[in-house]
Amino acid sequence: MQQTRNLMGMHITVEVRDGDEKQGCDRVFEYFQYIDETFSTYKPNSAISQINRGELAESQYPPDIKKIFMLAEETKKATRGYFNIWRPEGFWDPSGIVKGWAIWQASLLLERAGHKYFFIDAGGDIQGQVEDAGSQSWRVGIRNPFKHEEIVKVLSITSQGVATSGTAERGQHIYNPFKPGQQLLEIVSLTIIGPNIYEADRFATAAFAMGREGINFIESIEGLEGYMIDSQGIATKTSGFEQYVTN
Amino acid sequence: MTTVKKLLIGATLFAAICAYAVYQRYGEHRVTPPIISQNQPGQNISYKDGTYTGNAVDAYYGNVQVQAIVSGGKLANVTFLQYPNDRPTSKSISNQSMPYLKAEAIASQSAQVNVISGATDTSQAFAQSLASALSQARN
Repeated sequence: MQQTRNLMGMHITVEVRDGDEKQGCDRVFEYFQYIDETFSTYKPNSAISQINRGELAESQYPPDIKKIFMLAEETKKATRGYFNIWRPEGFWDPSGIVKGWAIWQASLLLERAGHKYFFIDAGGDIQGQVEDAGSQSWRVGIRNPFKHEEIVKVLSITSQGVATSGTAERGQHIYNPFKPGQQLLEIVSLTIIGPNIYEADRFATAAFAMGREGINFIESIEGLEGYMIDSQGIATKTSGFEQYVTN
Repeated sequence: MTTVKKLLIGATLFAAICAYAVYQRYGEHRVTPPIISQNQPGQNISYKDGTYTGNAVDAYYGNVQVQAIVSGGKLANVTFLQYPNDRPTSKSISNQSMPYLKAEAIASQSAQVNVISGATDTSQAFAQSLASALSQARN
């Protein structure tokens, strides 16, 4: 069964292919509802909003907030400071790390409920799960950053995560990739395959911010593969990326 | 204030200044996105000249809000009033030697897939905000 809902300003799609499929989908959506209520900086009653207003002492932080702060700090170190949830305007905005982490947690929740064959897609960031990597896999397309309706690669993914960071999330260059003169420097899309969506997403975010060097950063990290597309439509891939490419 | 906090704020300010400098140097202040030229149905829609502000639309990482400038009955320019900032825009200046990685021209595929990975949320929010700006400009 496949279900899609619009939560947290994005489409979330869950496909469950074993056990009680409906219940599996519902569990995931309920979890994302909880995540939104805890971490949304747009909801005045969320824990993160309360923290930003100085209403919660550190000792009162909910466990998941503490966890995210800890993971954000760790990620900041692992990415040479490129990942930072502290906003220049002076408040915490952990949404850049919450998304990937929440997808991963939702997939662990499904696993604990006995599901072994599913994927979760939240806004183009995907966690796959298969029972038998020999016979099952998920076909994941990489969106063409220049043409929304097209894909430029098909990946065969088992129990892994795939995340894409792109110009759609990076203001000033967002829709003008063909402007002559400055685009040689510009990266429009960076897709990362990782052991889970949390790893893939946080490293996609940080590596994208590094510009052209980002793909080399991914190359240097074991367990991650990447596919970077620049504004000329030229893709650069890490040395192990091809093993995931299918037709 | 602890030294750590001072350092944190200092580093954040520095990053913000660097990002702004880079933005000034490389940034596109006014963009005319292909999404518009692709989706513009043609000459049969005409708009009243003026400047129209779209709704702020939640794009999860932050709000997207655009301003559309209509001139001569046509969409002349779109500027961003709000944009999510979770992606640090500082530019790497590292010159370290890099391993050679294979490159290729991208090519569209027609194969069926289960799911697609891509950064699209903000562009949907963009389209929504723009649509609400242009609806005000309709003749």
